[in-house]
Amino acid sequence: MLDRTRMPSASTAHALARGLGWFSLALGAAELFAPRALTRRIGLRGQEGLVQACGAREITTGIGLLTTSQPAPWLWGRVAGDVLDLATLAAGSDGSSRRRGARGLAMAAVLGVTALDVAAALAASGTERPRRRLTYGYDRRRGFRDLPDRMRGIARDAVVPKDMRFPEKLRPWGGGGS
Amino acid sequence: MKALCWHGKQDIRCDEVPDPKIEHPRDAIVKVTSCAICGSDLHLYDGFMPGMESGDIMGHEFMGEVVEVGSENKKLKVGDRVVVPFTICCGECDQCRRGYFSVCERSNRNKSVGDKVFGHTTAGLFGYTHLTGGYAGGQAEYVRVPYADVAPVKVPSNLTDEQVLFLGDIFPTGWQAVVQCDIEPTDTVAIWGCGPVGQFCIRSAVMLGARQVIAIDRVPERLAMARAGGATTIDFETESVVERLNDLTGGKGPEKCIDAVGLEAHATATLDSMYDRAKQAVMLETDRPHVLREMMYVCRPAGVLSVPGVYGGVLDKIPFGMAMNKSLTIRTGQTHVNRWTDDLLKRIEEGQIDPTFVITHRASLADGPELYKTFRDKHDGCVKVVLQP
Repeated sequence: MLDRTRMPSASTAHALARGLGWFSLALGAAELFAPRALTRRIGLRGQEGLVQACGAREITTGIGLLTTSQPAPWLWGRVAGDVLDLATLAAGSDGSSRRRGARGLAMAAVLGVTALDVAAALAASGTERPRRRLTYGYDRRRGFRDLPDRMRGIARDAVVPKDMRFPEKLRPWGGGGS
Repeated sequence: MKALCWHGKQDIRCDEVPDPKIEHPRDAIVKVTSCAICGSDLHLYDGFMPGMESGDIMGHEFMGEVVEVGSENKKLKVGDRVVVPFTICCGECDQCRRGYFSVCERSNRNKSVGDKVFGHTTAGLFGYTHLTGGYAGGQAEYVRVPYADVAPVKVPSNLTDEQVLFLGDIFPTGWQAVVQCDIEPTDTVAIWGCGPVGQFCIRSAVMLGARQVIAIDRVPERLAMARAGGATTIDFETESVVERLNDLTGGKGPEKCIDAVGLEAHATATLDSMYDRAKQAVMLETDRPHVLREMMYVCRPAGVLSVPGVYGGVLDKIPFGMAMNKSLTIRTGQTHVNRWTDDLLKRIEEGQIDPTFVITHRASLADGPELYKTFRDKHDGCVKVVLQP
């Protein structure tokens, strides 16, 4: 069971989610626009298309995180994306032994980010409540002492100040009409 | 004393803070008996308004009993029961003398900031950023009221707090939004947003004699409350607003359109709102002006757009060519509360309207932080929260 007393506040969880959103945007832009440089560095040459697809996913997640008031689903989406990234790194070697070390470093980095994503997702889930959709009997809350049709125009005696009158040149001829 | 304090985005806390003191001979100290959370407080809660500092006391809808008055204050005396308008005004500057109290030239004590940001300063406001003076708000046990010999409205003892509390903001705000439409008996008035201000716009439009009032929202209980007040409703999640408005006006569009939504239009209902939300997230735009765009599009040529909804900064993709070519009149502004309070108080006393219809939640000040979230999320049928310190 979650210990609510140790959960970050809503604002902390939200700030963390926004930080991860910006990180997603930056990583996504790098993957989308510089796939060749990335694949060369981590020994995944030939998989530029896959890396670009990951970039598009990161950008979508980043925008989602930066625009939502309930970031938990987007953060869990990031966690799923991290798992995919780890699987890609583990399985997608281009056989370059020189890049094995770099790939190991990349996997370690992804693991670190995954841990952060999981922590943020747990924190955000702990501060969100399921949305209830009930209906309420507000259909009798008229605010009037009588039916609205009987109250129509009861305040016609109110004085509309001169500065709030409709400009004379735009006033309909003959007192208006629709 | 206890007060609801802003500590960051979505972080309101009930804190223990020092009691306010008389700082100027025209001041008064009011012991708050009732206060409310306003829809525009949510813009602070959600972090869309600049100029807040950690520890700022929230709240600009409040009333109470005068417990101390400054030596030059000849209007109030200890024991008076008053509603305090959210706009602070000096009563003496050029704007106040013309009745434009919400743009008082003297009450913003951070005038230089206001001048820089807005070109010319606007009035000081309670609990609403340091751009408008950084005054402590009324979601507290006590509040200092500057220029208290001008704006506070004395209320009779035969009316309850809940009947008169909204004279400080949302009732005059809804009223002014409709008055500045200059209603003709043949008019159709379309009102975007069925929150508290939208609800008072609906009642005001009916009282001022509009032939047809149409209200637009997506929350079932708010739409039900709108219908109870005499509006025909449009659920923008299930219906095309433009098509329905044209159907209801013989294809001509409503003559008068009111934006009671403001800068936080629902973010996922339309493509342009999603675009706004994305730009807002990366700080390329401050507000989501979907309602303004839709009003400009659907309003009958030579009609009026009235904007009581709060906007905060820079808006994108406003079809101003449409507004210009259609000869639309646009009226905006924070409410000049004291222009309307005497008349509206009389109408409450006469029983023409009972503003308590809008209250859905009553709680103590300590429950305030949780109710901010409930109100923001429109959970639990929440339309209006009243707190009792």
